[in-house]
Amino acid sequence: MSFTTMEQLKTIGRELAMGSQGVWGSSKEFLELVKTIGEAKSKAEEERIVLAEIESLKRRIQEPDVPRKKMKEYIMRLVYVEMLGHDASFGYIHAVKMTHDDNLLLKRSGYLAVTLFLNEDHDLIILIINTIQKDLKSDNYLVCCAALTAVCRLINEETIPAVLPQIVELLNHQKELVRKKAVMALHRFFQRSPSTVSHLFPAFQERLCDRDPSVMSAVLCALYDMILVNVKPFKHLVASLVSILKQAVEHRLPKSYDYHRTPAPFVQIKLLKILALLGTGDKAASENMFNVLGDILKRSDSTSNIGNAILYECVRTLTSIYTNPRLLQNAAEITAKFLKSDNHNLKYMGIDALGRLIKITPECAENHQLAVIDCLEDPDDTLKRKTLDLLYKMTKANNVEVIVERMVEYIRNISDNHYKTEISSRVIELAERYAPSNQWFIQTMNQVFEIAGDLVPQKVAHDLMRLIAEGAGEEDEDADSHLRSSAVQAYLQILKEPKLPSILLQVISWVLGEYGIADGSHSAEFIIGKLCDIVATRPGDDKLKGYVVSAITKICAFEKAAGQTVDLIPECVSFIEELYASHSTDLQQRIYEFHAVLKLDRDTIASILPMDASCEDIEVDKDLSFLNSFVESALANGSRPYLSDNERRGMGAMTTLASNNDAGTSSLLRFQPYEKPSIPEPAAALVTASHYSQDAIDQHDIYSSTITVSTSSRAPESSSNDGTRLKLEGVQKKWGRPTYTPEAQVPKNPINISDSVKVSSSAAGKEASSRNSSAPPYTERKQPSQEISAEKKKLAASLFGSKAGETKAKPAAKLQQNGTSKKAPAKPTSPPAPAPAPPPADLLDLSDSLPQIPSVDPVDQLADLISVDSSAATSTTSLVEQVLDAGKVATKGPSPQASLQKDSVSRQVGVTPSGGTNPDLFKDLFG
Amino acid sequence: MIDAVLVMNTQGKPRLAKFYKSLSPVKQQEIVRKVYTGLSSRAEHFCNFVEADEIFGAGTKLVYKHFATLYFVFVIDSGESELGILDLIQVFVETLDSIFKNVCELDIVFNFNKVNTVLDEIVMGGQVVETNSTEIVKSVQEIFKLERG
Repeated sequence: MSFTTMEQLKTIGRELAMGSQGVWGSSKEFLELVKTIGEAKSKAEEERIVLAEIESLKRRIQEPDVPRKKMKEYIMRLVYVEMLGHDASFGYIHAVKMTHDDNLLLKRSGYLAVTLFLNEDHDLIILIINTIQKDLKSDNYLVCCAALTAVCRLINEETIPAVLPQIVELLNHQKELVRKKAVMALHRFFQRSPSTVSHLFPAFQERLCDRDPSVMSAVLCALYDMILVNVKPFKHLVASLVSILKQAVEHRLPKSYDYHRTPAPFVQIKLLKILALLGTGDKAASENMFNVLGDILKRSDSTSNIGNAILYECVRTLTSIYTNPRLLQNAAEITAKFLKSDNHNLKYMGIDALGRLIKITPECAENHQLAVIDCLEDPDDTLKRKTLDLLYKMTKANNVEVIVERMVEYIRNISDNHYKTEISSRVIELAERYAPSNQWFIQTMNQVFEIAGDLVPQKVAHDLMRLIAEGAGEEDEDADSHLRSSAVQAYLQILKEPKLPSILLQVISWVLGEYGIADGSHSAEFIIGKLCDIVATRPGDDKLKGYVVSAITKICAFEKAAGQTVDLIPECVSFIEELYASHSTDLQQRIYEFHAVLKLDRDTIASILPMDASCEDIEVDKDLSFLNSFVESALANGSRPYLSDNERRGMGAMTTLASNNDAGTSSLLRFQPYEKPSIPEPAAALVTASHYSQDAIDQHDIYSSTITVSTSSRAPESSSNDGTRLKLEGVQKKWGRPTYTPEAQVPKNPINISDSVKVSSSAAGKEASSRNSSAPPYTERKQPSQEISAEKKKLAASLFGSKAGETKAKPAAKLQQNGTSKKAPAKPTSPPAPAPAPPPADLLDLSDSLPQIPSVDPVDQLADLISVDSSAATSTTSLVEQVLDAGKVATKGPSPQASLQKDSVSRQVGVTPSGGTNPDLFKDLFG
Repeated sequence: MIDAVLVMNTQGKPRLAKFYKSLSPVKQQEIVRKVYTGLSSRAEHFCNFVEADEIFGAGTKLVYKHFATLYFVFVIDSGESELGILDLIQVFVETLDSIFKNVCELDIVFNFNKVNTVLDEIVMGGQVVETNSTEIVKSVQEIFKLERG
């Protein structure tokens, strides 16, 4: 085809070369230009030609006394050049000048050029406004029209008042063409700035009864947009609109509105769209429409494209307005016809219509199973995507596995990041909502991470880590351990693959650190080696390094706590050495903490980094009671007692929890603006204890963030340490309130949870699922089937089959309850507590195939620890991870945000916080 | 509404690009390129719609028709009917055909302003104003006559 173009161009070129005045009336030079560009062999050559053209235009356009006709041609050439992607701004001013010309041709060309060159905020517009104003008053209606067309493009919110009065006047112009364009221009103003024309609604409605139907149809466009914004003021129009539609359907508009013997189809379509908006949720209005809609269904010609356009629109309207069973039946028949058509366009519309129908009558999908599957397997990407859209709307607990599998398969084969992101987020949503088992969920997530990698939001990784950490619930530790060790196995397997996305590696690092040695089947050296390998694959990834350091810290701590000595392998040692000099302060801090932890004695380590405690709440000693003795001795030495913020400044709005021992603290997010900085205490006070006791709540945050958590987690460390810290924080205050306030109060588990995990165990996963007899759709599909149609039928059955649904509804309900139980144990002040889920049945099947885990109950261990020192449950990891994810964590804490987040988290895990047992299929989709 | 009307040849060269939303020239070029890549890979019998969320924002679609060496592309949002626009393209091409007598790619290249005039009679500010080919031809001819005079 490109060849023919070339040939054509060459012929033209030859003709021109022979000197014939081109049929197009353009100059030889321009034709020459187009020809050479057409013949250009490469982009670079084309570039050269165009640049030369620009140079020559630049020169010539500035010559004095360019004839006006010549100037017009130059400007058209500029338009052409700019269309090819080059800057022609040097000529804009000449185009503006041309709009001033009296000659209609030149004026129109000028307007055309400026509408193509300028947008409504361009500086030069101001030079055109005056001309536009003049032209709107012109006697020549064509000049009016040209100005109106330009107005649509060039007038912005500020300049609307300059032309509005003239345009309103033109609404009554004698020429219908002008009236129509005036309506359009006002419509445009409405889009720009609704308030400028809101007083004109009655004028619009008046034009609806214009004697010329073309003006009426222009008003419909405007009405549609206005109704879209607010339905209320237009409800009374239903009857008039219905009668207009009736006239159109009954061929009562002038013949010139017919298109392919269909009466005024574009008017009909617009009216149907408007009626759909007006009839939504309005029984009375809808009843007005039933008659005419029925009429359209009867009369429309389903053999022409435009007839089908009307039919589709009618279906769309019927599915939006108040339901009429008889008409819906007709709509379903039309949809069926579309789906059965060979025309891809109609199939597409059919899929779309079906998506709308199933909102109202979900069961109608079953009649079209095979058609839907055909569309799903069609090579046409648009159709396929639309069908996936439909499936997404149809997903229930009984078909989630098949549909998610289809989606995963689809994203595996596309390279377009936009759709990869979109569809993988849908996969995640469906998996979270309808997952039949945790095992399946983890497998699915692993696949998504493998395919979509870093396109997946971090939150999903956190949720996955959380799921692994929480497992199926405290009631069944065995199942949890299995879940975890199978996750560890799967990840070790996945690590063998090259080029894993960073986010997956983060999850793997976290899981290995937390559970790598938990079941005793892997040695600490082995896991640490693996972790070092992970770092080696992505040398520049600081975030990942952070995860790995934390993981190594945890493993070493677990080993030491168990009384073993840890010999770091050489790779690990060199990795650590390197980090001491890291540019990332975060990494440096982690590595220093790592060293500090290793130096501690066995008991301390066990208390700061207990095994499998990522789900435990951190007890934050809000009263800072451990400082009591310190405070008392300070008071005894004559320091002034602490005054709460309220007392000191009389600011009632702030929430302060002043406790008896002056160490009360609160770290709610503050929503008020910061007050003026107060004059700091005399410098000497900084060093003394009195400083501490007197300081305002500004400092509580600091205390709570650095002291409460860090000292309580390292309880045995000397309190002199705290003294030095205090001084530092006092100094810091000079720069204002610390911004990381809420961190301190955030208990450990949400952080760990929010920190990340994913799994990607396709191997282990598949094994599991094929063994898993409780997932019929899967096993069915796995059976090799010779007959294609039989396979399709099976697919259809698994997609649409309703019987399977009932039996499989249970796991979903289980997840649901699991969610409610998740919320229960949460302490009032702490963000979402771990959500122990009842063990899904299929996990038990796995137990035969997986190594048994030594039955150490981490919860018991933990309970002991807590009884010794309740504040000791904090782990350094959590601290470190807080730093890592400060931004994220900052939104947590006891605040409205936290509860919102909690709510959304629980939704993510597949739970409706309201606790209904039956997932409402279309609630989110169709509101 | 209609966000843009593009005419490009099968090699991706734009022949007409009219945007009804303000976009920088750079962005416009990028869009032309993306639209072309999107369309050129599609087989003849595929449906004439392509979802264009990525190029134009959520809910937008390309409705296109392929004639000889040219793609006619309308970018629409959910306020327009896909099948209807398909017929509008037909109207547009029929109009061009009756004005240029057997329209070809070169007519469009060289008669830039005429083509724009025709389009302005059909679509104004992103809304369809006229759908009858004879009416369009009539008003366009009137303009041409005046311009010559």
